[in-house]
Amino acid sequence: MNMNDYKDVYVFAEQRNGVIQNVAYELLGKATDLAKELGHQVVAVLLGYGIKDQAQSLVEMGADEVIVIDRPELKDYLTEQYKQAMYQLIMARKPQIVLYGATTIGRDLAPRLACKLHSGLVADCTKLTIELDKEGKKEFYSTRPAFGGNLMATIVCPTSRPQMSTVRPGVMQKLQRDVNRKGIISEFEPVFDEKEFKVRLISTEMNDQKVADISTAKYLVSGGRGVHDAEGFKKLQALADEIGGMVSSSRAMVDAGVMDHAYQVGQTGKTVRPQLYMACGISGAIQHLAGMEESGYIVAINKDKYAPIFSVADLGIVGDLHKIIPMLTERIRREKEQNQ
Amino acid sequence: MNIIVCVKQVPDTTEIKIDPVKGTLIRDGVPAIMNPDDKGGLELALRLKEQHGATVTVVSMGPPQADVMLREALAMGADRAILISDRKFAGADTLATSYTLAGCIKTLDYDLIIAGRQAIDGDTAQVAPEMAEHLGLPQVTYVVDADITPEGLIVKKENEDCVQTLAVDGKCVLTVLASAFKPRYMTVAGIIDAYNREVEVWSAEKIDVDENLLGLKGSPTKVFRSFPKALKAPGEVHELSDEEAVELIFNRLKEKHII
Repeated sequence: MNMNDYKDVYVFAEQRNGVIQNVAYELLGKATDLAKELGHQVVAVLLGYGIKDQAQSLVEMGADEVIVIDRPELKDYLTEQYKQAMYQLIMARKPQIVLYGATTIGRDLAPRLACKLHSGLVADCTKLTIELDKEGKKEFYSTRPAFGGNLMATIVCPTSRPQMSTVRPGVMQKLQRDVNRKGIISEFEPVFDEKEFKVRLISTEMNDQKVADISTAKYLVSGGRGVHDAEGFKKLQALADEIGGMVSSSRAMVDAGVMDHAYQVGQTGKTVRPQLYMACGISGAIQHLAGMEESGYIVAINKDKYAPIFSVADLGIVGDLHKIIPMLTERIRREKEQNQ
Repeated sequence: MNIIVCVKQVPDTTEIKIDPVKGTLIRDGVPAIMNPDDKGGLELALRLKEQHGATVTVVSMGPPQADVMLREALAMGADRAILISDRKFAGADTLATSYTLAGCIKTLDYDLIIAGRQAIDGDTAQVAPEMAEHLGLPQVTYVVDADITPEGLIVKKENEDCVQTLAVDGKCVLTVLASAFKPRYMTVAGIIDAYNREVEVWSAEKIDVDENLLGLKGSPTKVFRSFPKALKAPGEVHELSDEEAVELIFNRLKEKHII
């Protein structure tokens, strides 16, 4: 393998039902930083069917080039179909770096490709950098949490190409959309081996659309074991409504069946970084902290003054949320009325 | 039907604490457990065995201590346990690990392979898909339901935004979520029986692999450094009356222009 043949930073631009996912734009933001350090281009790869008209959106969000693979076989994500198309593209274009969202699609596809390419893949990264190695060469470093978030590990793939990483959604920053930005849009035609298509999609049942996406919330009022039950969450919901925020949950309340998994913050739930995160009755297991510690301002209310959540809180209150939250909601309501 | 279940012994990461002075992981006294998603995979295999009849073989790559976890699998109802253990496997990343497991599985008869979604120590979710690629098999990941019907294997996959129902033609690899398959308990008779049975220990010679692709040598990724997560400077913590607490939070939210 001649490593110098491999060039540019590629982003797998994940789409679902023809809609480009946020994580694709986040990856373009990070890819722009990496490409600048390396003096490379940012290339987005968009796979799907009837999606050509969306390529410009990727240019506006940072891609210098968009390669579209528009085929009926790629309408819905299926491992083998996407693997064949991406593999042929990677062999033809030889990217140095390929980034995927660490979603149920990215984490299904990337390891298949890594194995077929015999190249290194780093999972669920939260930090990507270009640094000089001991010989003064620019090297790509992927950093990720391990041991349930107890430890961070920085991984390198020095001798294989491409270097690939899946990146946790909600961590990297998108660029501002620039509608005047220009880029190349091209198409790639894979040759499919249909004999290998062994998995067939029968049906798709969308989750309840009313379930709010907590990763988009400006303010989150989040509840843990100390909230006790659905009645307790009503108190949090009242406060969230009053400040224009949403309610989220720790794993404990999801496992207890009180809250749906879609609202879970943490290592096995969502990563959030709202301007305000109010942790109510959440002790703060490291797996939970991994999902929220980047929040702008963290308020914690807990009866146990030794709760680990206080180690990441900007403001910690040792007290009873069942009294404090309704009183705070009322206090804010009163203030609003006075100002009207 | 022959079902293979891949299992890993892991430290219970919910029990790991950080030494506040040295900033290192305290691993002493942390129990070693069967990885929860893998245990869910074993549970699925045992349910399929009950419904359709099957021989369930558990396969693990790890140090000799993993014996106890494999006996737990036997006590739950697995029929055969294989531990692939060799110093040559040391330092393996996900690619070398998946290659090693595939090299073992190639020598066995199977109709279905089940693994956990991810291990709680590494959290990569890469080993099973990479193993499927080595074996040239299709895969379905994030599985929450699976059944064998007259039309073949039908599985449900849980995505962030939807649940898909998929049909698989022929042999495949499934990775499952622990939350969907609550594992059964071991029975007393099962435990006694498990200690009278053999856990087969296989070295690198016994599996179908090129030794140059094992362990550190076969691993394209290297750990450059590892470090405990930087702790944020602690903020203010107050013990106040409810009224004072409410005023304090209220004022802080105002200063931050949140209200």
